[in-house]
Amino acid sequence: MEEKVRLTGAEIFVRTLIDMGVDTIFGYPGGAVINIYDTLFNNTSIRHYLVRHEQAAVHAADGYARIAGKPGVCLVTSGPGATNTVTGMATAYMDSIPLVVFTGQVPTLLIGNDAFQEADIVGISRPCTKYNYLVKDVNDLARIIKEAFHIASSGRPGPVLVDLPKDVLTASTEYVFPKELKLRGYNPNYKGHPKQIEKAVDLVFNSRRPIIYAGGGVILGDGAKYLTELADLLGVPVALTLMGLGGYPASGENFLGMLGMHGTYAANMTITNSDLIIAIGARFDDRVTGKVDEFAPLAKIIHIDIDPTSIKKNVHVDIPIVGDVKDCLKKMINIVKGKKEVKEYRRKIRPWKSQVEKWDADHPLKYKESKSQIKPQYVVELIYEKTAGKAIITTEVGQNQMWAAQFYRFDKPRTFLTSGGLGTMGYGFPAAIGAQVAKPDMLVIDIAGDGSIQMNIQELATAVQYKLPVKIAILNNGSLGMVRQWQELFFDGKYSQTCLPSYPNFVKIAEAYGALGLRATKPSQVEDVVEKAIKHPGPVVMDFVVDPQEMVYPMVPAGAPISKMLLV
Amino acid sequence: MKHTISVLVENEFGVLARVATLFSGRGFNIESLCVAETMDPTASRITLVTSGNEQIIEQILKQLNKLVCVIKVVDMTMGDFVDRELILVKVAAQESTKAEILRLVDIFRGKIVDVSPNTYTIEATGDDGKINAIIEMLRPLGIEEIARTGKVAMSRGALTLKESKKIRQGVENGGLLRS
Repeated sequence: MEEKVRLTGAEIFVRTLIDMGVDTIFGYPGGAVINIYDTLFNNTSIRHYLVRHEQAAVHAADGYARIAGKPGVCLVTSGPGATNTVTGMATAYMDSIPLVVFTGQVPTLLIGNDAFQEADIVGISRPCTKYNYLVKDVNDLARIIKEAFHIASSGRPGPVLVDLPKDVLTASTEYVFPKELKLRGYNPNYKGHPKQIEKAVDLVFNSRRPIIYAGGGVILGDGAKYLTELADLLGVPVALTLMGLGGYPASGENFLGMLGMHGTYAANMTITNSDLIIAIGARFDDRVTGKVDEFAPLAKIIHIDIDPTSIKKNVHVDIPIVGDVKDCLKKMINIVKGKKEVKEYRRKIRPWKSQVEKWDADHPLKYKESKSQIKPQYVVELIYEKTAGKAIITTEVGQNQMWAAQFYRFDKPRTFLTSGGLGTMGYGFPAAIGAQVAKPDMLVIDIAGDGSIQMNIQELATAVQYKLPVKIAILNNGSLGMVRQWQELFFDGKYSQTCLPSYPNFVKIAEAYGALGLRATKPSQVEDVVEKAIKHPGPVVMDFVVDPQEMVYPMVPAGAPISKMLLV
Repeated sequence: MKHTISVLVENEFGVLARVATLFSGRGFNIESLCVAETMDPTASRITLVTSGNEQIIEQILKQLNKLVCVIKVVDMTMGDFVDRELILVKVAAQESTKAEILRLVDIFRGKIVDVSPNTYTIEATGDDGKINAIIEMLRPLGIEEIARTGKVAMSRGALTLKESKKIRQGVENGGLLRS
């Protein structure tokens, strides 16, 4: 008779991850998870990346997930280790990123006793995870891990937390990899309803001023190829959200740029004057709609989304379609291809296209160039030029994020990583580390601000330790630029707490961690710094001392309709 | 308008907190909430009463449906249903009012479930209107304490929650559908 193998919870944890195909985790050890770390010690199947702050572990797993297209995994200890992951989970939740976050927990008998390093992370994380578990019995461990990965990566993806009490990790049982999943309340709908899709196509052919408005769902659902095919087949202009950048090529003939608060003039005017919006994998976020009452007043709306709660949440929708973007777009393309009126339709919307082109020509994205001061937009343009648009770009949050979105031109999905929903400062650098781990051969650049880079700058140690050649381009304006911009425009220039007078020496910080530090203070030095950074085989911090007065334009003031833009 | 919603959920710890968090986190109001195990010990039934315009109710139903631990959501208000609430009322009982209390209990088909020299505790069941009426009638006599359960509800006829059509959202006609 075959002897049944009993494994400890910690061993089952590692075995299940291996059986799930996980080979990379980001983490930080502690007492509650010490048994897992002990098991990992002799394990060669899982690469563990030690970060320097648990928040960074989650962001790195998030960056990894966005690039690899599969769930990112991180492992931290109980109490403060667990609470430090909250911002990362909330970030991933808002942007629908598949993550599985494992947290250690005090032994089950001590739960609720205010034990040392105890936190009710299941309670704390409930509103910012797609689902969460507290494992109470070692016999449930493998099943729960399998369920967590399934929930994280199916339907509308999101973070799932699994809390692991220490006694569950030390208890032992027979290991059986669960074959089937039984989740009777969870059945995401992938197939778009054929009748609804037919109705949608009819509505398209009846429109004269259509626009496609696509978001992050197109990228997460691997639908970029089909979006491009549909848009080009119909000749309909495409505006992307911040999260959607790369979902339709920036070099594509129908590309309007980003829309919303810092969107292009053409994108905002086109959607405002449209008679039909085809919204795909986007959720009518307030940063996109501006004043909702005046948003696209003449437009009918088709809305494709895998999450029914996103539909009709903010705006009235005429044709809702619940389903996977890929499935829905494929069906739409098939119907459109079978129709004779495609050519006629393209002719019919020609005047509209001319109007859109005129808006684009009249107000392109621009900035006032300078010979004495480095313009941040110039730095982004130069990075685009020197990387031939082939880098993975991550950003922090604020002006740097908007300039990156506006002036780097993304042709491919999964090349732009940014915290779109939550707007998390400190996201970009750890996310870049995760991206670099997922794609070791790609050039990964974090476009940062001097404020936000300081929120997770300790990860330079991680980048140096694992020889991850991530580049950081700091657009250093000595301030919290976006808030400063609002103070300039709407608070009479009272820069309350937004100027950062204590400039750290970023070059020396880089050197202290063992990375290369470079600085440019004049426009003539920028090119040299970017070239040197790209050539350098290790991590680099580029400190670009930019014009502190520079603003992000266009800008729609908060609460205004998106057609009322402040321009350069 | 008030909506009475039946939610079939996994009988696990923390499920009620998930439902409650959903309401508090999104600014929806719960007017009453009742929860207990069903015939199937792995499932519990939550009956909750909430109110809002059509768009808010649609979001509530969709958001409830989206919870992983929720097996089924049915807005009872969309069909014919019966609902009942249980109330325990402790009233001051003086010699001069005892007869009146007994008369009222009889009229409302309630029961006296506890007696002390100075109080009667009354049990009554009924819909909203009846429960509110009994309170109003007893109030002048001196109510000491009230405990209300909140509503439980069930479809009329042979239909059970298990057989009720699950709400599918936004697939056709721009709104909630039953599949």
